[in-house]
Amino acid sequence: MTQAREATAARTVTSTPLADGCAVLGRHLQRIKAAPGVLILTQTMPITMLLFFGYVFGSALAMPGQEYRAFLVPGLLAATAANGIMTGMFQSAQDCHRGVMDRFRTLPMSRTAVPLGQTAADLLTTAIGMVPLILVGLAVGWRIEGGPSAALGGFGLLLLFRFATSWLGCWLGLLIRNEEAAGQLGSATFILPLLSSAYIPTDNLPGLLRTVAEWNPISAMAAATRDLFGNAAPSADAAWPAAHPVAGTLAWSAALLVVFVPLAVRRHARGGE
Amino acid sequence: MTTTYAVLSEGLEKRYGDVHALRGLDLAVAEGAVCGVLGPNGAGKTTAVRILTTLTAPDGGSARVAGHDVVREAGAVRAAIGVTGQSASVDDELSGRQNLRLFGRLLGFRGEAVRRHADALLERFELTEAADRPARTYSGGMRRRLDLAAGLLTRPQVLFLDEPSTGLDPHSRNQIWAAVRELAGRGTTVLLTTQYLEEADQLADDIVLIDRGRAAQRGSPAELKARIGSYAEVVVAHASALVPAAAVLDRLTGAEPVLDHERRTVGAVATDTTLTLPRIVRELDAAGVPLIDASLRPPTLDEVFLRLTDRGDGRTSPPLKEATA
Repeated sequence: MTQAREATAARTVTSTPLADGCAVLGRHLQRIKAAPGVLILTQTMPITMLLFFGYVFGSALAMPGQEYRAFLVPGLLAATAANGIMTGMFQSAQDCHRGVMDRFRTLPMSRTAVPLGQTAADLLTTAIGMVPLILVGLAVGWRIEGGPSAALGGFGLLLLFRFATSWLGCWLGLLIRNEEAAGQLGSATFILPLLSSAYIPTDNLPGLLRTVAEWNPISAMAAATRDLFGNAAPSADAAWPAAHPVAGTLAWSAALLVVFVPLAVRRHARGGE
Repeated sequence: MTTTYAVLSEGLEKRYGDVHALRGLDLAVAEGAVCGVLGPNGAGKTTAVRILTTLTAPDGGSARVAGHDVVREAGAVRAAIGVTGQSASVDDELSGRQNLRLFGRLLGFRGEAVRRHADALLERFELTEAADRPARTYSGGMRRRLDLAAGLLTRPQVLFLDEPSTGLDPHSRNQIWAAVRELAGRGTTVLLTTQYLEEADQLADDIVLIDRGRAAQRGSPAELKARIGSYAEVVVAHASALVPAAAVLDRLTGAEPVLDHERRTVGAVATDTTLTLPRIVRELDAAGVPLIDASLRPPTLDEVFLRLTDRGDGRTSPPLKEATA
């Protein structure tokens, strides 16, 4: 008991969202270190799609004045950024399902720390995880054709969008609370980039479908990435977020954060009921 | 005389859809006491623990833990409690050491203090050897010990143990019991839920029997056992001996015997604590009953509930509901 007493004396009562968030962030990084397979598998997916779409569909897709694979790489980066929905949802549903979330909720810690630590860890792993996709992209002929500051802005925007979508995912997972259900719903999210300009130009889509695709935040993200990397200019006659993709992506990200940060924090604080 | 209550709840109500999990649960656990909340699956035990540990808000009633209201002063309650059991778990993917350090940090320990404290708990719960393995590789007993260690990172004023030994082997169960006794000996208030009469008997100063969301009986283990009695059961050689055997048991116990023609048994609840097995055997033998087997044992939880709750007649009471307990 002397040990416990001593330790209790050593306790600082400065539980802040930042300190607690860092502890939770550390937890997620330790999880990845313990089982890196999941992360590697997640990163392999867009590369497989790049090679598959790029060489199988690319040969059938005639894109005037542009190489399809150079069009596809920014789209895959945008789709990866949107994937925060899936990973965020799965992570928080799993933590609810397995009871870790309830352990956190019985501790006298900040209510913001758990979602914050989770989304921050996701941001960090995405930043590293995008590197292999970029390298394979460069190998198949994609190039950053714009200036370095625009390219830097492109990466920043991708990460901002990822951060925003992972808060949305985090909130969804806290609603679902079931690991299997979140996994199933997560695999259904692959349809979201298909309804955007991530893999195909949306100009030739029929009426309603084109409107849906142009308003899809992933389209703005994909167009912004192409714009900032100097691969393609946004099409001026598209819907506003797709025609002004940088501003559009900033607006979408801000809207997602404004709505889902408070929702996720409140949901976590209140628990399952 | 003033008693300070570490846990005090009045009229707790909780509904999950159609399931009325708690229907006015009153609990009072004196500071430093070990209270056993005994009940079958679905009686509302876990719901009660979830409310008292701030995980779930009650629909009605109120509760104070360590002097703080569980709804309005949830933060203060969390700072005063330790939780172990089904509700609050550890991270499977992290090692035991990583788990304890993580929770230690979240409890406000820093630097060297976290490491020393986590190591001391690993040592105390015989987890040092497995400390760096992922928790998912732990056996049920190791896992439960890690859960308990996580609940003891601070010195909690009130420790909640939700079914601490369910599914454990006897050795692990004894370790958990020893840890609980040690804590109680140092003045920590413990509220434990269990499905086992024996566990409540072994650990608790007071037992609250809960049934369908409210307290059906309360008292010390000795008081409850006196009220419950033991269960006498005899096996006879042929069916025609059942009725004479029943007559003897009726005379000895004063309770109405239950006949089972298929198994050729007669059983009866005996509340008279002076009744012994040799006496039962002698009396039956004297009455000429061809006896094959006889036993006098503590009643099972089912029998306890049959005796001490209002479901005695079995007809007016609905069957046990499987709530989200």
